[in-house]
Amino acid sequence: MTTIDTHAGAPAGSARPGLVAAVANWLTSSDHKKIGRLMVGESIVAAVAAAVIGTLVALERVSSGYSIFDGDATPQLLALFRYLLVFGALAPLMIGLAVAVVPMQVGSRAIAFPRLAQFGFWAWDLGSVMVIISIAGNGGPGGGNSDLVDMYLLGVALAAAGLAAAATSVATTVLTSRAPGMGTDDVPAFSWGALVGSIAAVLTLPVAVGTVVYLYIDHTYARVAFGGNKAVADHLHFSMTQPATFVFAAIAVAVLADIAPVTARTRQPLRAPMLAGVGLVAAGALGAVTQSQHMLSTDGSTGDTVRSAIPYLLFNGLPVLGVLVALATSLFVLKAGKPRVTAPFAFSFLGTGMVFVGMLGGMVQNIEAAGLSGTAFEEGATTYVVYGAAMALVGGLLHWAPKLWGVTVEEKKSLPLAGLALLGTVLSSFPNYIAGFADQPAGAVDGFSYDGPAGLWNGLTAAGHVLVALALLAAAGALISAVRSGQRASDDPWDGHTLEWAIPSPAPHDNFSELATVMSAEPVLDAKPKSEVSA
Amino acid sequence: MTIALPQRGAPAPRRQVFVATAIIGAGISMLMAGMLAMWMKFRAAAPVRESSDGFYMIKDWLPESIKIPEVAANTMFVTFFVACIMAQWAVYSARRDDARHRSMALGITAAVGIAIVNAQIAVWSQMGIGVRDGAYQSMFYAITGTMLVLVAIGIAFSAAAFFRSVGGRGDDMQVVSAHALYWYVLTGINMALWFLVYVQK
Repeated sequence: MTTIDTHAGAPAGSARPGLVAAVANWLTSSDHKKIGRLMVGESIVAAVAAAVIGTLVALERVSSGYSIFDGDATPQLLALFRYLLVFGALAPLMIGLAVAVVPMQVGSRAIAFPRLAQFGFWAWDLGSVMVIISIAGNGGPGGGNSDLVDMYLLGVALAAAGLAAAATSVATTVLTSRAPGMGTDDVPAFSWGALVGSIAAVLTLPVAVGTVVYLYIDHTYARVAFGGNKAVADHLHFSMTQPATFVFAAIAVAVLADIAPVTARTRQPLRAPMLAGVGLVAAGALGAVTQSQHMLSTDGSTGDTVRSAIPYLLFNGLPVLGVLVALATSLFVLKAGKPRVTAPFAFSFLGTGMVFVGMLGGMVQNIEAAGLSGTAFEEGATTYVVYGAAMALVGGLLHWAPKLWGVTVEEKKSLPLAGLALLGTVLSSFPNYIAGFADQPAGAVDGFSYDGPAGLWNGLTAAGHVLVALALLAAAGALISAVRSGQRASDDPWDGHTLEWAIPSPAPHDNFSELATVMSAEPVLDAKPKSEVSA
Repeated sequence: MTIALPQRGAPAPRRQVFVATAIIGAGISMLMAGMLAMWMKFRAAAPVRESSDGFYMIKDWLPESIKIPEVAANTMFVTFFVACIMAQWAVYSARRDDARHRSMALGITAAVGIAIVNAQIAVWSQMGIGVRDGAYQSMFYAITGTMLVLVAIGIAFSAAAFFRSVGGRGDDMQVVSAHALYWYVLTGINMALWFLVYVQK
């Protein structure tokens, strides 16, 4: 037996680094925890920015006679909203958390190819800045500044390539850097979700990059094949809506699958179905790579209906089934154990529930007879998935805060925020479901009468976005406040099951001083005295 | 409190570079598959016209004035296989600790890669089309240009592996294997591109 104790204290007499040195250390660090925290931190800022823009867009739609922006600005604002939701928040939140946590979970001293992960972060960061600058300068999809439209396209390609690079690093870590004895069937639930989500991301993001290459060459030189800047949004639409969003939702669902057994204080008895469920969520990648949405058509013969039903169910139904299985196995483990409701669980459970509602919306939206394609219903489904995933991620951050920052956030501060985030997500999304049935268009503000009940729906949507922004800011504030208070968390505050709970809080630079042998999916639970194990 | 866990020796090395190359290979395959799918979609959507001899109705996709230089295109197609053989020779030599042949094979792979670049430039030059000339032309440059970038990455990979080998770090078998895998992936992609862009046009 070996005791893992790698508290890395500062060398005696060492001086604190200066501000410049500290910043340089953060910006050039190959420590996966720092890279992951940078990525998560910036994407939370992007999520708040998306919520603010969502508020402005919803306010623009409150009344037909009321306008905040001129007509040319709103399509680009909507493009920025969609970019920030998917490429600015959802994808980097999930990949960033995976970069920070996965190496600790699988018992590795470092992430595989840390410089690749670091490159991924900077490429995504630079690409996102380019996108924001280009849209601000009238260069987004449909924008009038030709050079900045080119810059927008380069920014999207760079961000997608960066995310794919970081995802490659995560997937390689799970496949090659596991602790001795840890088979792929022993991989913790979150790392499993990170593996399938990352591989799905590596398969889907390059398809978006390929489309951008065509668009860039066409826009810069010819403008005959793709219709110039007006068609940019149409051709990139597939990468910023369902089922492409499901790829990253798989990692969010895995947060719940990981936290639920710890909350229940028992092992997951349905581990195989749970892993299968998380894997199924990433089946959305199959649909995303086809660059189109697959509709269920019931107008033709029975044969036509069956022919349209197969891709429809494969690309839209499988991910929904996956989330359903993950939710069901989580509820089952709660029933089997002695659960205590914690903020990480509340965030991840409610967030996964919201992802489920969004995915169901994605299914309904793709039924041709419903006539919801291209309506605000689609925006509602996207915000359900993105905000739900963001909630699950906040749950993950609170859960792994002891390892990432060495603190735990007080339950009385964080638990109510889960309710606030839930309310915000429902308010920002559900009214768009109703608006979709009234044929309110997606991706546009003009061409619809917002008088009457439409004004109320959009008013509620605006309020929902504000609540989501407040909930995210409050959660970040609670975390910062806990870090500043200096109260250290214990090494295993949640009575965890997986390897990261065997190392000190916060995790030292190299995570593990000695590599442990793993003989089950819950190695830390195995090592605890039986009296401490409640089930 | 820390948790006591049983300890065993260092884990068996898992082939990190090889696995990462496989994942990246899957990614670049999807990049090119997506671009080829878009190519086929645009080709399928092109209007129909009468062929120059008046016997057939053909898709008005490839402008009549454009001729694909088949010698250069087919030479490029075959050259990819030569690169694979050289890369596999490097693996064969590395397995036998034959440093001289390993370095030579890696160097020749890089040179063959440069020959592929030369063939692609010959194709562009002989076609004599401009990127601004139309939909076919801009998409042709986009897809073949992207392939050329992937080949350039392959040349850089070969050069890095060559200098590692010459520098005495040739015992790292997985780098040589990963290098061969990358060239196999490129050759597979090029087979699809050659058939859809140069043969079916």
